[in-house]
This record gives sequence, C-alpha cells and structure tokens, in this order.
Amino acid sequence: MMRLYKRSQPSKFWIYAAPLLAVVLTFLSGLLLFALVGVSVPDAVYAFFVEPLSDRYALAELGVKAAPLIMIGVALSVGFRAGVWNIGAEGQLIVGAIAGSAVALKFYEVDAIWVLPLMCAAGVAGGMFWAAIPALLRSVTNASEILTSLMLTYVAALLLSYMVHGPMRDPDGFNFPESRLFHDAATLPLLLDGTRLHVGFAAALIIVLVVWIFMSRTMAGFSLLVAGAAPRAGVFAGFGKHRAVWFSLLFAGGVAGLAGLFEVAGPIGQLLPGISPGYGFSAIIVAFVGRLHPVGAMFAGLLLAWSYLGGEAAQISLNLPVAVTNVFQGLLLFYLLAADVLILYRFTPEVVTPASGSLNTDTVS
Amino acid sequence: MSNKPVQSLQPLLSLKGISKSFPGCLANDSIDLDIQQNEIHALLGQNGAGKSTLVKIMYGLLQPDKGEMTWQGNPLTVRSPAHARRLGIAMVFQHFSLFDSLTVLENIKLGLVGSDNHQSSRQLREEVLSLSERYGLPLAPDKHTYTLSVGEKQRIEILRCLLQSPQLLIMDEPTSVLTPQEVDALFVTLRNLRDDGVAILYISHKLQEIRSLCDRATILRNGVKVAVADPTKESATSLARLMIGDSADREFTDSQPSQSLTGTTLKVRNLSLWPNNNFAINLHDINFDVVPGEILGIAGVAGNGQDELMQVLSGETPVDRDVLQLNFNVCADAELSVSKSITKKIGHLKPGARRKLGLGVIPEERLGQATVPSMSLAENTLLTGFRRLPLAPGGWIKKRRLRNFTGQLLENYNVVYGDLNDAVTSLSGGNLQKLIVGREIEQQPSVLIVSQPTWGVDAGAAAQIRHKLREMAADGVAVLVISQDLDELLEVSTHIMAICAGRTSRVYPSAELDAATIGILMGGDTIESTHKVDAAPVLDGDHDASV
Amino acid sequence: MTSDAWVLTALTIITAATPLVYAAIGELVVEKSGVLNLGVEGMMLAGAVASFAVAHVTGLGYLGALAGAVAGTTLAALFALLTLGFQASQVAAGLSLTIFGTGLTALLGQPLVGIAFKGVPEFAIPVLAEVPVIGQLFFRHDLFVYGSFILVPAVAWFLYRTNAGLTLRAVGDSHDAAHALGIQVLRWRLAAILFGGCCAGIAGSYLALSYSPMWVENMTAGRGWIALALVVFATWRPGRLLLGAYLFGAISILQLHGQAVGLEIPSQFMSMLPYLATIIVLVLTSMDRGKISLHAPRCIGQPFYPAS
Repeated sequence: MMRLYKRSQPSKFWIYAAPLLAVVLTFLSGLLLFALVGVSVPDAVYAFFVEPLSDRYALAELGVKAAPLIMIGVALSVGFRAGVWNIGAEGQLIVGAIAGSAVALKFYEVDAIWVLPLMCAAGVAGGMFWAAIPALLRSVTNASEILTSLMLTYVAALLLSYMVHGPMRDPDGFNFPESRLFHDAATLPLLLDGTRLHVGFAAALIIVLVVWIFMSRTMAGFSLLVAGAAPRAGVFAGFGKHRAVWFSLLFAGGVAGLAGLFEVAGPIGQLLPGISPGYGFSAIIVAFVGRLHPVGAMFAGLLLAWSYLGGEAAQISLNLPVAVTNVFQGLLLFYLLAADVLILYRFTPEVVTPASGSLNTDTVS
Repeated sequence: MSNKPVQSLQPLLSLKGISKSFPGCLANDSIDLDIQQNEIHALLGQNGAGKSTLVKIMYGLLQPDKGEMTWQGNPLTVRSPAHARRLGIAMVFQHFSLFDSLTVLENIKLGLVGSDNHQSSRQLREEVLSLSERYGLPLAPDKHTYTLSVGEKQRIEILRCLLQSPQLLIMDEPTSVLTPQEVDALFVTLRNLRDDGVAILYISHKLQEIRSLCDRATILRNGVKVAVADPTKESATSLARLMIGDSADREFTDSQPSQSLTGTTLKVRNLSLWPNNNFAINLHDINFDVVPGEILGIAGVAGNGQDELMQVLSGETPVDRDVLQLNFNVCADAELSVSKSITKKIGHLKPGARRKLGLGVIPEERLGQATVPSMSLAENTLLTGFRRLPLAPGGWIKKRRLRNFTGQLLENYNVVYGDLNDAVTSLSGGNLQKLIVGREIEQQPSVLIVSQPTWGVDAGAAAQIRHKLREMAADGVAVLVISQDLDELLEVSTHIMAICAGRTSRVYPSAELDAATIGILMGGDTIESTHKVDAAPVLDGDHDASV
Repeated sequence: MTSDAWVLTALTIITAATPLVYAAIGELVVEKSGVLNLGVEGMMLAGAVASFAVAHVTGLGYLGALAGAVAGTTLAALFALLTLGFQASQVAAGLSLTIFGTGLTALLGQPLVGIAFKGVPEFAIPVLAEVPVIGQLFFRHDLFVYGSFILVPAVAWFLYRTNAGLTLRAVGDSHDAAHALGIQVLRWRLAAILFGGCCAGIAGSYLALSYSPMWVENMTAGRGWIALALVVFATWRPGRLLLGAYLFGAISILQLHGQAVGLEIPSQFMSMLPYLATIIVLVLTSMDRGKISLHAPRCIGQPFYPAS
C-alpha cells in the first residue's frame, strides 16, 4: 500500500521534472504501441522522432507547425490560469481564417501593403467575435463556457464547409470546395527562403514574451491569477466578476483567429475545408504541458509540433494513420496529469502500526 | 435509553497518562480523566489548551502517543470513530456534518452509515419523532436542511447520536453558535439525558454555562490537567484563574468613543435584498450608522443574513447608490474648528472603488476570500494592498517594494512565518488573521468592516486583534464588527445591534446590555416587548433609524 | 403527414435520442457524486470502436455491446485513477480522455473503416407489439432501446429511493461531511465514474451497431458533449433528462426532414441545429440560478483529498 501525503510546499523539483517524466513515459508507451501495431520499432522511432528534425527544411516545418500551437497554447494558458475553460479555440481559429480570407478575396489582386494587415485585423476580429459569444453567455446567463465554446467549434466547422462550398468557392475551380489561391500581397512573408517558415513564428515568440511580462509584472495579469486560484478572493479584492471571463476569451479568441489567418495566408495559401489538423485542441495540451506558463508553452508547442511531423512521416513511410499523433498527444497529457501529483503530494509506503486509524482508508494504492 | 447502566463507582471511561504531541507542540501531556455514569463532566480550557486533541483521542480520530484508557474497567483502544460509536461513544462536533440539499430525515439516516441500525424509513421516522419528543428536540423530518437554523441543525446531530443509544455523549463547544434561549433548551435536553443514564462530556470555555450545567469539571491549561473541580462550588473567577492561570484578570478597557470632529461616517439606508438563491437570506429594510470613533457590533446566530449584509457592505453585491453612503467630515479650518461635510453615495460602487474611498473590509472567510490559499504572503498582501499603497503604480507590480512592505507588515503584527514566498496556507489561523488585519489597517481606512475577527484564533492573537480594533476606533475610524461571539462583542463594541432573519434590531449602547438581553434581540424579539428589562434603553440619536 | 408518417418520425426520434439517454444518464450519476467527467465523447468513441470490432469479428451484435461497455468503463477507470488517485484536475483529465479517445479509436478503427455490419436484431414483445401505434413505438426495438426505457426510471429509483442512492447524493453534496460520517467518498465516486463510463460505452455501441451500423472516425459527432449539456438542462433530475434527450432527438432528425421536404437552407446550416440548440438550452437553463442552486451537486468538480 502506498499512501499520498500532501507536501507542505509544492515541490520545485517536480514542477520541472513532471513534464520531462511525462515525455519519457509517452516515448516508452509509443514504442510499446508501435510494437503492438506490428511495425518495426527502430523504423518507427526513426520515422516518428528523427526524420522530422533531420534537415533545414524539416526544422523550418517544425516552426510552421509550432507557430499556431505556441500562439494558441500561450493564449489558452492565460485563460486556464484564470479559471476560464475555453476549449473552443479550434472554432475561433476557423472563424478567424474565414474572416481573414474574406478580406483577401474581397481585395483579390489588389496589390497594396495594407491588405495583409487588414486580413490580420479581420482574423483577430473574427476569432474574438466567436469567443465573445461564450463570454457573453457565461457572464450574463452563467452558461458553462466549456460546452458553449465547444459547440461553437462544430458550428464553425460547418460554417467553413458552407463557405468553401458556397460564397467563397473559387469561380474557376471546377466546383472543388476551395477558395482562390491568395495573391502575393495577401500572403505572409517568409522568414527563411526555400522553406514555408513564415512571420507567424516570430509573432508567436513575441506573444510568448508579452504574455510572460503581462502575467508576472502587471496588476491585470495578477488579477487573472487571483480569479483562477480563488474566485471569491478576486471578487473580494474588487477585480470584477466577469473581467477574467471576457479578457481570457477575447484574448485567446483573437490570438486563435490570428493563428487561423496565418495558416490560410501562410502555408496553405487559400481557404480549404480542412485548414487545421486540430491545432485548437492540441493547444490545450500545449498549455498544460507548458505548465500554463508562456515559456513552458513555447517548448510544449515545439514538442507537439514534432508529434505532428512525426505522425505525418509515420503515415508516409510506415502507412500508419495520422491519428497516431492524437494518441501521442493524449498519452502525453495523461502522463503529465499523473506525474503532476508529485508536485503537491509525495508517495510514502504506508506504515502499518497497531494504532493506525481506520479513518485513513481512502488511500491510494 | 433502553440499556440503563448499573450504578457503580467504577468510572465509565477512564484515561491515564494520555500524551499526544504534534510537530512543534505537546498538545496533551500525561492527562488523567475519569468520567462517571450519570454525570455531566466539563472539559474546560482556553483555545489551544488541548481539549480538542483529547476528545479526538477518545473518539478514535487520533491515537495517543502514550497512556491508556479503560471503558467500564476494561482496557480500551478506540480505533476509529465507527469503532467509538459501536462502543457507545458518540460525539456532536462544533462543525456539523450535514448535507444542506437533503432533508432532516435523510441526514439522520446517513448518520447511521456503518452502524447496525437497519430499519425502514418509516421505523426510523417514528423513532426520530419519539426521541425528539422525549428529549425536547423538535424537528420537521421532511424539511430541507438548508432552511434550518443552526440550533435546529445541532438537534439533527444530537438525534443522530441518540439513535445509536450512546453511553457517553461528547459535546464540543455546543453553545458557540446558539442564542441564549436555545442554550437553555439544550441544557434541558442534556439534563434529561443524564437522568436517563447517559454520561456527557461537555467541552467549553464558557464558565457560566459550566457552573449551571456540569457536575464536575476537568480543567486543562497548555496541555496539562491542572485541576478537577466541582463547578457548582466554584466561582466564575476561581474557575477562570484555574483555566487561564494567574493573569486571569481580564484587561478591561475604557471604550469611550473619541469625540473627533473629523472622520467618516458609514450610513446604511433602507437596505433590502432578495438574492436569487435558495440558500441565501433576504435582508429587510436595514438602517444604521457607524460614526467615527465608534465600534458597532452586530450580534446574531450564523445564517441570519450576516453574509449577505457583509457582501453588500464590501461591494461584492452592489445595490442602489443611495443605500450606502459615506459622510466625510473634513476639517476645513482647524483653528476655527470649522468642518465641512461631504456625502458620497457608494451603494453602486464595486469593492475596488470603495476601498479607494477608505472602506476597509475583513471578511469571515480567511482562506479563499480574504486570501488566495495557493499564493504567497507577498502576493496576498498585494491582493487588496495595492489600492491605497504604492505597491503597483500604474498597474506595474513593484516586486522589491512589495517584499519590503510585506516583511515590515509581518514584523509589525508579530506574524510568525517562514518565508515571504511561502503559501499563505503555511500560516496558523491566528497568524493568518493578523496578516489580514494588518493588511487592511496599514491602508489606513476611514471605515473598517470586520466579520468574526477572532473566530478560531488563539487567545494571544485574539487579544492583539481586539486591541488593534479599539486603537483604530480611538484614532477616529468608524468600525463595524459582525460576530457570533457575544463576549467579544461586549468586550470590544461601543454599541451593539442584533440581526435575526435578515432584520436588524435597534442600536443600543453596549453598556446597557448583557448577554441575556442580546440573546433576546438575536431571537428577533425587542427588549421593550419583554419584561426582562425594566427601563427602556436610551437611544443614541445617531443610531435611530427614523431620524 | 399521415399517421404512419408520424409514427415513423416518432420512431426516428426515439432512435436518435437513445445514445443521448445512455450517455447523459451515466454522466448524471457521475455528477451527482460530485465529479465532472468531460470525457464522455472519448468514452463513447471507445465504446463504438470496441463494439464494432467485436461484433464484426464474432458476428454477435450484443457481444459487441458488452465489449463497448467494457471499453467505456476502462477509459473511465483511467479518468478515476487520475482524478481520484492522483488528484488531477477533473476538467483537464476529462479533456485528455476525449482527446486520447479520439486519437486511439481513429488508430485502432483504421482497419474497420468501410466495413458494413448487419445491425443488431430487434425483439418484438409478443402481444404488445401488435397494438397499433403504441406497439410500433415502444415494443418493436432492439435491446438498446428497451434498455434506455428501463435505465432512466431505474436510476431515478436508485437515487431517490435507496440508501445507496442517498449516500451517493450525500457524497456529491458535501464530501467533507460524508467523510466525517465515515462514508468512503472515493469508493462511491469511483463506482459512479465507472457506471458513467459503462453507460457512455453502451451509447457508443448503439451508434456503431444499431443507429448507423458501421465505424467512421469521430462518428459520435459531439453527442458526448451534448449529453453533458443535457445533464445541465435536466438540472440533474432523471425525468427531465429523458425529456431533454427526446427533444434533442427531434432536433437532430429535423435536419434530415428539412432536406427531405426540400427547404432551400444549405445542409450545413441544418446540421448546425443540434449544436445551436444545445447552446440555447444551456443558456435558458443556466439563467434559472435558483433551480440550479437547488439541484446541482455542490461539490461538483472539487477534488477530494481525505485529510486525517
């Protein structure tokens, strides 16, 4: 029998060690999984873990995948720390992409420097609008933002489907459900020639820095932490009942919308029925694995980007379904949640003494 | 009770040399205690004297480090509360284990979990009704618990115990939440039980109660048994001396309000509130003033609208702007002693804005409301401190300044702590409250609102906090204290009113009141309508609602 | 519409509502014990893929359903380990259950895509099935539907008429008080979580074996989340939950009928209906805070660490 004991202080060691432990356990589980599915383990390890980092182009692709993950992951971590569970970032990303694309298509072939900034603004506005709905419903009617933001993701996906099948379909596209390819002025500048790494990656790093300063140095950031850790204390201190809800949702919505715009104006270059392989959901894992800290989320974003690339590589060279990525991501979060217990608790073998009270029967074995 | 005990000289429960230590403190030091059948035995001592530890050992919640117990002459090890109940030891805790959304009968049924009591709902209902009639514990079995008063809730707990036919009933500070009238009813019940052969161990620090109720008293001080006395033959003073030691003479302070021309008056006008929540109390037309230099105490049994009133005063529940007013009397010309009065309506303002105007608030809930449990001492100082102190000018947190200020604050208020980065949960109850009180006082509020200032705080810290409150009043601050502890209110307040079912009584100078009269007010009656008080109290014009 | 058409519509509503009934009644019990499990969608998918695989291999539909129940329970056990054993956040653990379930089922279900299954046999109840209209509506179904008819009243009876149900509600009302009375809080919660997983697994099995007998990646299409919303809509009362499930069944078949009638509305907008209806229903229910505060389990979402 092992018993959990609460530590008097959170363990500094395990705050950092728990994610690493989770990564190691996920890796080992991955090996087991490959063996069970019947692929050669060394081949799988090479394809999944090594190939994605093998050359300059591959590394640039890591940045391409990491940009939306980091951006949204950092933004979500702000909300999660404030106790606002926005799990509809995927929908906010989609609506941002639609809004930005609408601008690009409206000014199709207008070769002006303001087109791209306007697209970005539209992307942010679109994402914010989509996130404002759960914020409004939560603050006015107390409806759970978890469920409303998620339901809106399904709605957003259907809206996207309608857009690419209807109003935004390429008139010369043989009825394929796709928009026109964006013209050059509506496409993101690249950071590295010969790759797809775009300025969105730089934007992600800037967001990391800004959020870091905001959360650790400003009263506004502090008030969000209070709202998340002890909502009654937040109200008592006068931080406003709904401020955290509105701020968290609008901020994450805006960032997710921008990330969506970056996808269509960057690596994709047009509006498609599937513009995101679940970045909005994976960003939830990014936020948790990153310890709800912006810098942590940056590393976690790179890690999850790696898992996306690995999944793609495994699909090509091993014929495994892409879903293997989701399995890895889910496992990672599982292990992290389990490992996190070590931060606040320690395991001690239960000493059986004659006087041991039977009140302690709620033990963990 | 069916099993009438046989009269004998052998004690029912006997403790010999019981010791129990926790890291850093010896809670019980070789304590002996005998409880006879057919007696109400008092366990008397201050907060922290070791009473709780000792009864937890008897009830199987803790295991002693040393010593032995016998039960009817046989050696005894109480392994768990369930074991204790099977033996015939029952306990009514200070904090009830009740389920608010369930009915009275359902609560009682749950209390029988793990006992051998397997009867149908109808049998149980009948037994409950007959017990409640026999011992004067009236209860409606199908009422939801959240609608009950604290006294009624306590009856559920007592009935839960009685259903298991205990031979020893332990009562932990049972009267701390009752009105004096409810206390009288409880005593009748307890005497009936004793006459039916149930031994009662009665834990308290209230001397009067023990003198009127108990047959014998064991007195603890600092974890040591200092005496066994017959409380009916001792005076309150001699018992107090045993309990506290030689410094028993209570510090008595002159609580005259200072007559300051300047200062801020808090006015509450026509406050009514109907919260949309089944578990909340409605407030009805509350009016009062708190003037500079005054300490107005609000007495009342928990759950009579204190929480709702507190939330209105602090700004967590905003109301119409006219309902709350701050009247600033500023000194326009000191030499001519001309003062100018400015009234500001604040009912609609949020907590932050009120704090900026000088309204300090110390809520009842120390962890989770007054402080963020997971945050550090420094961060918790920042929580409200930034409003009136330059800790975060322009919204940018000055970390070094915050640390220095917090360190200074903790030192000034004698807070025992490890490190400024420790979580606030590392503080003991008393030290935590000293931090909270200090944080509010250092912001120099002109009106200070405090709920349960010393609830569960050790005696030293409590004395220090009460002293601070009087000091604040002496400096011309208007202080409002909401408390369930009548002794505290009588000690600290200049004026007292009571709240009952969301309505407040008139305001009386505390010199004209004693605990019994306040009890009448707390029960919702007026003193004027009862014959207990000969003369109608003189009312301070400032406090008359109709003015 | 003719009366036959009405009966047909009512039948489609019943079948569309059945998976929601299972998933939501399971979650209701979980929430009554004070636990919020957001992993319903993941557990349903696990149930769907496991049941379909077993049914496909053995040819026995109801054996598949058993496998589905086991799969749902297994994922729920994982959730219980994290939240009860390791004190993890219930929200985070539930989300990870859904993410993991989605990925794992897509991976394991890969070989099953495109395979057809004959569905599960129906059992007409003798005599009763011959009654006009009523017989067709209620007495000619597969075991899943009969089970859903029985399950809700059974849960209501359990919660409000038995000592065990009383204890479960008490645990959700105040785990501290329950612990003080010697009730084993974590064991009750474990049992509730496993029951919820079992129900979600059966809900998934019904989708894959009866409602549309095949396996498609992500075939639950948000029904697990709708079930969560239904529990709130029901304000944690089984009777209202049944009502809500059939209401949603009606909405989700509205889209099919809209297309059949030839409305000019694009299909995507019709498909949005269940999700939008969920939001509207949530909003309307949540606004009535009085009712919510009276019936909501008060410990919901709070981890319990037994202090000694």
